[in-house]
Amino acid sequence: MVKIGVPSKGRLQEQTFDWFGARGLKMARSGSDREYAGRVEGVDGVTLVLLSASEIPRELAAGRIDLGVTGIDLVRDKLADWETQVAEVAPLGFGHADLILAVPACWIDVETVDDLDAAAAAFRRAHGHRLRIATKYHRLVRQFLTAQGVADYQLVDSQGATEGTVKNLTAEAIADITSSGETLRANHLKILSDALILQSQAMLYRARCASGPDIDALLARIGL
Amino acid sequence: MISKAAIRAEAERLFGIFRAAGAVPVEADILLPAGTLLDLYGEDIRARAYVTQDPIRGEMMLRPDFTVPVVQAHMQHGADPARYCYLGEVFRAQEHLDDRPSEYLQVGFEIFDRANPEAADAEVFALFRDALHPLDLRAVTGDIGILMAAVRGLETTDRRKDALLRHVWRPRRFRALLDRFSGRAPEPAARRRLLDRLAADTPQALIAAAGPLVGLRDADEIAARANALLEDAKTPPIAALEAAMLYDLLSLETNAAAALTHLQGISRHLPAIGPAVDRFAARLQALTERGIDPATLPFEASHGRSAMEYYDGFVFSFLAGELPVASGGRYDALTAVLGQGRSIPAVGGILRPHLVAAMKGAL
Repeated sequence: MVKIGVPSKGRLQEQTFDWFGARGLKMARSGSDREYAGRVEGVDGVTLVLLSASEIPRELAAGRIDLGVTGIDLVRDKLADWETQVAEVAPLGFGHADLILAVPACWIDVETVDDLDAAAAAFRRAHGHRLRIATKYHRLVRQFLTAQGVADYQLVDSQGATEGTVKNLTAEAIADITSSGETLRANHLKILSDALILQSQAMLYRARCASGPDIDALLARIGL
Repeated sequence: MISKAAIRAEAERLFGIFRAAGAVPVEADILLPAGTLLDLYGEDIRARAYVTQDPIRGEMMLRPDFTVPVVQAHMQHGADPARYCYLGEVFRAQEHLDDRPSEYLQVGFEIFDRANPEAADAEVFALFRDALHPLDLRAVTGDIGILMAAVRGLETTDRRKDALLRHVWRPRRFRALLDRFSGRAPEPAARRRLLDRLAADTPQALIAAAGPLVGLRDADEIAARANALLEDAKTPPIAALEAAMLYDLLSLETNAAAALTHLQGISRHLPAIGPAVDRFAARLQALTERGIDPATLPFEASHGRSAMEYYDGFVFSFLAGELPVASGGRYDALTAVLGQGRSIPAVGGILRPHLVAAMKGAL
């Protein structure tokens, strides 16, 4: 029995079904629209597991699913040493998004990470606390800023509406995924020119602990 | 695999050596308020420590080292001078799947003494050397104070010196700044464009044109840095000779006796490092009196720069391959940060008894 984890709803699920369908593996929801159940038609021994995209990395690492579709951003943020836990099988060509750093557009003195670091030093002196960066991508953002040698910042957790945190005075800058940048502009933020932390898209992953002829056969069937 | 009992026994033996050297045993909490540690070490410590949530006290951290609680305890009610030792677990989250332990014992020794810092440096180093005898370890020493003195002595703006000093413990960023300030690296295109834009109008007009003011950082702060950038753009590069000496200093690796001769040569051109070099000479004298020969003692001027961000003088490690069996150094500035207006020269270090026990098992 091979278990494939796919996103439980929305555009990401539609595109995932289309991608597998184009390769001869027809996936479909079963039951009512609201029931989180699905099936793979015409192939025995394959179970579809509908999961939140953000839980798929953890389920792969634990070996509860053998294959899974989720964003590169989620795997690399949620799994320490991700390469040792999961393997990238194929990029799916959709769900493109960039993880970036953004600051208020009115910060005319800040264009680069170097500027952000200098502004953080002055900010800490003036306000008595470290410059706050709102994000849900803690590992990726911290690794990036550590590698760049940025100091005097702190990460504050934001699980949604992150672009609004600056106006709400709960953060001075944000790190989030964006595709068109429209939400950033609408919230009077601009992207730093040299802070592309990660280019993400949807990816088919295989759990490192999952092995066996049935997984290989399934991958061969869809041409991988 | 060495048993926990064997490691504990080794730790007790080492602890006994520190007590016999006149240190008062101190205890420290395992659960520490996360805020103090985060403010001191920055966000990096979050990846290396276990952070947990207390329903009443908020964010707490499992003790990642003893230095902070021991310094805090001393600054509140310590004798002056004082010698302390401690033995207990520290906890380090590991981001990689390998065999580095996430909890292990540390045995430490710290001196808080105003009288003779160089003698205290030598006392700590010699004590650690004796405690680790007869293991086959490679000693490395350094002196971050010399590097900091060299930066303070540069003929450039205070703003540039402050930027360099702030990043002494982040070698890559320090290097990038130095390259820029000395004209070795071209001005990044993004900075050039930014300066061109800033020169086009007053900061106030540019801020107003950029959109609504959002966030806590106000227009005065933005304008102040914009003006600072324009001012910095007019600052001439650090003179080639000064820059060359600083680059030379960063890569200096030799024995301590040769390092002293070399540094005394540099200090003729960079007189600001004179006092720090004099302290280095006094430390070598104190080490010699304890039977340590500077001519065979390795010295690396950049040693300890990527360690925890508080050493600001003498630093040392005892290594088995690349594994630090013991490490320590001087942290005078940290006592001022944690001392709420008071400070005291301090030096100390820690031993990792699990590595000592493992080496003894292999002897």
